[in-house]
Amino acid sequence: MTEGNRGKGRRLGRLLLLCLGFALFRPAPAAAADPFAGLASPDFSRIEQAVEALAASGNPRAAALIDALAANRLYTWRWPRPDNGLFIKEPDGGFVAARTGEKIATPPFPVIRPVIVNDMVRSAIEAARGMLDLLSPALAVRGKAAEALFEAADPASLKLIDVALARERNPGVRRLLLEAQAAARLNSAATSIAERIAAVKVVAGRGDLPARALLASLGSAPSPVARAAAAAVHQIDRTLALWNVLETVYYGISLGSVLLLAAAGLAITFGVMGVINMAHGEIVMVGAYTTLVVQQVVAATFPAFSNESLILSIPAAFLVAGLLGIVIEQTLIRFLYGRPLETLLATWGLSLVLIQTVRSIFGPTNQDVSSPAWMSGAVHLGGLTLTLNRLWIIAFTIATLALLMAVLSHTRLGLSMRAVTQNRRMAAAMGIRTPLVDALTFGLGCGIAGIAGVALSQIDNVSPNLGQSYIIDSFLVVVFGGVGNLWGAVVAALILGIVNMVLEPIAGAVLGKIAVLVLLILFIQRRPRGLFPVRGRAVEA
Amino acid sequence: MQRDAHSALTVGLILGGALLMAVLDLGTAATSALHVPDFVVSLVGKYLCYAMLALAVDLVWGFAGILTLGHAAFFALGGYAMGMYLMREIGARGVYANPHLPDFMVFIGWKELPWYWFGSNHFWFAMILVVLVPGLLAFVFGFLAFRSRVTGVYLSIMTQALTYALMLAFFRNDMGFGGNNGMTDFKDILGFPVSARTTEVGLMLLSAAILAAQFLLARWLVRSRFGQVLVAVRDAESRTRFLGYRPESYKLFVFVLSAVMAGIGGALYVPQVGIINPSEFAPGNSIEAVIWVALGGRGTLSGAILGAVLVNFAKSWSTTAFPGLWLYALGGLFIAVTLFLPRGIVGSLAAGLSRLSQPSAAPLAVGARPEPACHAAPEPAP
Repeated sequence: MTEGNRGKGRRLGRLLLLCLGFALFRPAPAAAADPFAGLASPDFSRIEQAVEALAASGNPRAAALIDALAANRLYTWRWPRPDNGLFIKEPDGGFVAARTGEKIATPPFPVIRPVIVNDMVRSAIEAARGMLDLLSPALAVRGKAAEALFEAADPASLKLIDVALARERNPGVRRLLLEAQAAARLNSAATSIAERIAAVKVVAGRGDLPARALLASLGSAPSPVARAAAAAVHQIDRTLALWNVLETVYYGISLGSVLLLAAAGLAITFGVMGVINMAHGEIVMVGAYTTLVVQQVVAATFPAFSNESLILSIPAAFLVAGLLGIVIEQTLIRFLYGRPLETLLATWGLSLVLIQTVRSIFGPTNQDVSSPAWMSGAVHLGGLTLTLNRLWIIAFTIATLALLMAVLSHTRLGLSMRAVTQNRRMAAAMGIRTPLVDALTFGLGCGIAGIAGVALSQIDNVSPNLGQSYIIDSFLVVVFGGVGNLWGAVVAALILGIVNMVLEPIAGAVLGKIAVLVLLILFIQRRPRGLFPVRGRAVEA
Repeated sequence: MQRDAHSALTVGLILGGALLMAVLDLGTAATSALHVPDFVVSLVGKYLCYAMLALAVDLVWGFAGILTLGHAAFFALGGYAMGMYLMREIGARGVYANPHLPDFMVFIGWKELPWYWFGSNHFWFAMILVVLVPGLLAFVFGFLAFRSRVTGVYLSIMTQALTYALMLAFFRNDMGFGGNNGMTDFKDILGFPVSARTTEVGLMLLSAAILAAQFLLARWLVRSRFGQVLVAVRDAESRTRFLGYRPESYKLFVFVLSAVMAGIGGALYVPQVGIINPSEFAPGNSIEAVIWVALGGRGTLSGAILGAVLVNFAKSWSTTAFPGLWLYALGGLFIAVTLFLPRGIVGSLAAGLSRLSQPSAAPLAVGARPEPACHAAPEPAP
């Protein structure tokens, strides 16, 4: 090839770039330069250029064409014709016109040949696919493509990124593209030191683990870059540590809300009434099994609403558990008022009976309670991943507690309950029917336990032993918070949840739990009446 | 000690029954109608160990008003101390034939014994551990709890948390006590093969003798001046304090003593049952021990023994005869005893007898009147 030829080629390239730019900024007039034309050429480098141009053109047929090319399903005339005809062979054996997608009735079989690709073209196809994603009208696809470019951090993709950056209008995707550009520049030999340091800053701005990995790999870079990268890694580590703390707090709150749900009913029966109900955990279990039954009934009768069966199980569990509580109060606990230790033994016996009953009805194995679709998935918030079911349970706990407090402070029943708690005889003298209030209070506490069962069925195994695993924790929450004090239970549950989660990574799950128990035992020695004791003048409350 | 028909009867029944068992097992032909099979002997030995636990619970609950829901922890700790000795006795006869390490340590890749296994190859040292470990734990726990006047339900929940924490701890392999599987496959004790008939009978007789001794000690203690103060603490702790006594010291002493008694029970239990594992710490076990006492009669000592034997006999029998019904029966027992038999069997019998003979005698057993005010009563003092 002569000098002149080469110069002509370069000029041609410039022209092509010009066309490309033209196509990018004004994509509408496809006729101005046919981006498909080069594909019909027998010259690999022209095919390659055509693929790049096609990808950048934004033509709606581009994806189909490039896919066909990659799969060797793109055909052209065996001998060049001026119309540069292109055909795609469909999987069913028929042919369509590549430019329009129209079906061709009579296949021009003997006079066409497949467009052949070599490695250079293949890599152009790969890049073009990335480009197509980058130019896709769907925001999520563009974001994903930019993210993939960042992770690849390939200097070869710089050109692609420039093209995409020029078109991109969405600020989020733009930022991702800039980060991808910076990552690619860091790996490119052609970038100046100043540019690289700027790139380090951009990458460091992400502050996540992939960015940290990329920066940490720059140890062998020129020293100012390496220094900047090391500083950035340090900074990222600190940010990540902060996110970690937030994540631990979130998990702690999540665990705390579960504890609180399990303990809220106990705070009523034990805290307000002074009844030690060792069968509390089993009432929670009954609530969980009610959820199961409601789900199966709904699935059998109204399959269309099976996603909403959980909402129906909340009142159902409240009613079942509450009624069960009233029955227990009337037949058992009523006779044991003023004898807390005997109550403890009798209700423990009751818990054994309930466990065995559920076991003989539903079997000893774990039951499958499915989560509705709107409860699965996760939300990303900065460096946090919040699973939806946990979020729902936190919200549910807050709602339940708010409702409970409203009942206690704004209803007739709540007023009577508080009156009976403060001074039973005086309340009776004022005309409050104390036995009725006792029964309803116990029913309310058990109903709340039933609701807790609905929530626990979403995160724990529903088995006859469900209650046993929560009873000790629930009692500890109430005792730690201070008996007779709902807010105390809230604070105690949150503290226990967070401390548990802080200790878990340090000491392991089991040791962390043991440490929490030991800390609690020691705490009770210091403050035998809990965090927020109800003050009184009696020597022995 | 004065003449005491109650004690004589109890000790006579324990020792006489055990001897009769021994004779009927060893002294009769296997085909004889009077023959007692070997497995019954080890079952009886097991019941006797449970009776020691019940006696220990009755001592603190019946006489000091401390409702402990974690006494099985002391029982299990005594058992583990004995288990360590028995593991070391296996020596090179284990599956891995390691002369120095128990099998489970070889299995998790340990190269040498941890420090706390030091001396466990000596029987006398193991016996010291049996007494010391439960005693020390009870001392520390009781010292802290009684000094800060943690009483009633709060104390119950704390003891339950204690045994729960211990259960979780012993489930860990890294504790060096066999983790989930605990210790088993024992070969011999002091040179006698543990599964031999004569060893089983001997252990059963030894359990009976120690139970009788423990009963006499407890009986002597509660009838002494010390015991009178203890009952005063149970019924009116503040009043006793205002009279110049230190209730916490009395409670601490009896709590530690009771823990040691339970630990000895556990130590005798392990060679007869042949296994010790963390499920012995389960909170349910401790609560079950309380119901033995409640059934037999709280504050009667002999009732605790009777309750332990009766309930465990019923358990052994019904879990083979009606496997699904045992939990109903046990749960129903809890409810029925608290509702209809608050004094328990022995307490009710004693009350009936004393009403027949001398109507004015005040029974020692509780339950004749409502629970003292030291527990969280629903009605605050005016």
